[in-house]
Amino acid sequence: MENLNSQKEGLLSSYRLLDLSNERGFYCGKILGDFGADVIKIEPPGGDPARNIGPFYKDITHPEKSLYWFALNTSKRGITLNIETAEGRELFKRLVETADIVIESFDPGYMDSLGLGYPALEEINPGIIMTSVTPFGLTGPYADYKASDIVTWAMAGFMSTCGEQSEPPYRVSIPQSYLQGSLHAAMGSMIALYHREVTGEGQHVDTSIQEANFFFTEEAMPVWDLWKYNWQRDGPGASLPRPNIGPLWMRLLWPCKDGYVNIFLVGGAQKGLVNSSTALVKMANKEGMAENLRGYNWATHDASQISQEERSQIEEAVIAFLRTKTKQELYEAALEEEIVLAPLNTVKEIMESPQLAAREYFVEVQHPELGDTITYPGAPVKLSEVPWRINRRAPLIGEHNEGIYEKELGLTKEELSRLKVAKAI
Amino acid sequence: MSKKQVFEGVKVAEFAWVAVGPQIGRTLAEHGATVVRIESHRRPDLLRLASPAKDFKPGIDRSAFFAMLNPNKYGISLDVSKPKGREIAKKLIKWADIVTESFAPGTMKRLGLDYEEAKKIKPDIIYVSTCMQGQYGPHAAHGAYGDQLAALSGFPALVGRPDGEPEMPPLAYTDWIGPWYVVTALIGALLRRRKTGRGMYLEQSQYEAGVAFLAQGILDYTVNGRIMNRMANRDPYAAPHGVYPCKGEDRWCAIAVFTDEEWKAFCEVIGNPAWTKGAKFATLPGRKQNEDELDRLIAEWTVNYTAEELMTLMQAKGIPAGVVYTIGDVFNCPQMKHRQHFVYLDHPVIERHAYHNEASRFSKTPQDFYKAAPCLGEDNEYVYKEVLGLSDDEIAEMLVEGVITTDADLPVGEASW
Repeated sequence: MENLNSQKEGLLSSYRLLDLSNERGFYCGKILGDFGADVIKIEPPGGDPARNIGPFYKDITHPEKSLYWFALNTSKRGITLNIETAEGRELFKRLVETADIVIESFDPGYMDSLGLGYPALEEINPGIIMTSVTPFGLTGPYADYKASDIVTWAMAGFMSTCGEQSEPPYRVSIPQSYLQGSLHAAMGSMIALYHREVTGEGQHVDTSIQEANFFFTEEAMPVWDLWKYNWQRDGPGASLPRPNIGPLWMRLLWPCKDGYVNIFLVGGAQKGLVNSSTALVKMANKEGMAENLRGYNWATHDASQISQEERSQIEEAVIAFLRTKTKQELYEAALEEEIVLAPLNTVKEIMESPQLAAREYFVEVQHPELGDTITYPGAPVKLSEVPWRINRRAPLIGEHNEGIYEKELGLTKEELSRLKVAKAI
Repeated sequence: MSKKQVFEGVKVAEFAWVAVGPQIGRTLAEHGATVVRIESHRRPDLLRLASPAKDFKPGIDRSAFFAMLNPNKYGISLDVSKPKGREIAKKLIKWADIVTESFAPGTMKRLGLDYEEAKKIKPDIIYVSTCMQGQYGPHAAHGAYGDQLAALSGFPALVGRPDGEPEMPPLAYTDWIGPWYVVTALIGALLRRRKTGRGMYLEQSQYEAGVAFLAQGILDYTVNGRIMNRMANRDPYAAPHGVYPCKGEDRWCAIAVFTDEEWKAFCEVIGNPAWTKGAKFATLPGRKQNEDELDRLIAEWTVNYTAEELMTLMQAKGIPAGVVYTIGDVFNCPQMKHRQHFVYLDHPVIERHAYHNEASRFSKTPQDFYKAAPCLGEDNEYVYKEVLGLSDDEIAEMLVEGVITTDADLPVGEASW
């Protein structure tokens, strides 16, 4: 199988993915494509409707200029195909013969209704892995529920913990839940791929976006399990539930001179945390502030026992000091003195991070038809033997129709024209 | 365990601790890998003393938070700061296919257990390092946790009202992004090793993994010079879009109307009130222009219904809607029950308690949960004797010398944080 990726070998370069996904699953193919897999993005003729989602390149609303589309579809070649036509389905089946993974995120039952469900694909290619990523899973009482990012975010439980008690709960303004679902779909696909390589046997992977996002709730899950206590929206802090003596609210996001910093101001049995808090207080004391905390033994700070009053006094003293310092000053001190502190960054500050620059994290990707190069986030994990790489920018509509249909499947130009007219491509 | 497990026979030496690292081992363990956690009473995993503790009494084996990250794993107690401890650690590395660690950069190197040293012992070892900001760089030495990383990664700036304070996505948001990328790549490394016989070093900065989830924001800034701001629960392509107050205390239902069909259906559900007729709200641009009023009018209606009723009414007409679930709601969700998301295991101290399933189901190789998280050192005998083949005398000596740590080695005062 000719690998038309023009770059060097990647981690997954001997594998081909057919990517039928919509917004729910774009990111899955990108993750695997950036690791080197040969991903073929299959869009309906005229392009995926998600190409109309912004932001846009220089704010020009155009299906070939969506930054959203660019961001989530790197390292994929693109073809158009209408699987709702019989001929389109036949072409798809031909592609399945030589594919390793099929990714789809249609409503449960849709692929089956077209005769393209897992049993049908397995018959064509017994080693095929089909990964279906859906809001709630393929079966069950809510499988047919209509969803969007905010709905899966809400039903994953994490939303109820985001924000202030006095306000409605919030989602993150860059939609997250489909990214998380897609990431789990990528991981699930790999687990199935490993099994396939060892046994020759493919299978159907069924990923639930709701379940994937539920992991964000972290300790709130066992907190409910053991104490039947629902984690509250705690604003700029965290409320430690202590069903015996009442909750303890501890600040996490602290106002400073020009913004906010996140600080873990605790102690107890963890030496690192004790040292951190001690160092922060020392800093404040040096400037004649937080005097009431001079010499405080952070090892004795027991979050399971301390009173809210005492805790609030500690925090007030520290806030007064923080308000005299900028994010940058505090972060530099944190690096110097090993304080568990980080600034709340905007995208601009992230782009300007000296750490990310030293790591060569951001990558430049050519967009020749725009006459431009665009900066993208880089590798989520660096590999030693093979490069992680954005192998190509997101595909244009039907960009690789010729490459796949003519060169690979051997269709003639006439056949291709006819299929276009018949709306199969 | 009736079906063969995907990673049966794959061996993992897990030096990793806290949240991200153990999450990697957990996914492999759920599919049959043999994962040995190497811990020490002298420096217990931070999470072993984290809430929630059984019966509200913190203790090394009483944290359900620690436990939920570590089912199916074997736990040993070993002091790798002692030369004999390092010798044993190297034996484990030789035994393993995969080593994971999540300490501050330089820690494993100081112990003589980093990738370069591990390669000498086991040339085809697959070695994973994951930490906050990566193994090198001006900020690499900075020790902090997922909560700080969520701020560094910019997420709070994207949560809340545009005219309000940034809000925390609470807990340790980026801890739940990083590990899945590692597992994905790790399996790729295993596959590659089958073909080439070569191992690999996987090195993750959790900061870098977290920033990946801001992709459109990164592009918007570099192309258009725009710093994306928080927009409460609004969406440029939908209205109504947000959470609406329902009957009861702090109960909300998320509703998202994108298309004209959905808007028509929505109006039907709410009884086609007079205010929905006329030009003002008939189109998306119109609704966006008058969104404050729209939300207010809708809220006046939604407060008369429970969140569950609203979800059912909306879904019946094909409108995306979902209850803003509390954690307890998720436990009681019929769909989550159908998915068997909550797996109950019997822990010697915590007793029967809940673990997460995975987000994926596999038609031929389902995951299996057969062992609660290990107590500290619980599997010393099994691992030292059966896995490493040490003699009883050698083990006794290690105990005497404190190479195998015990409760007596716990730091004084088990105060939690």
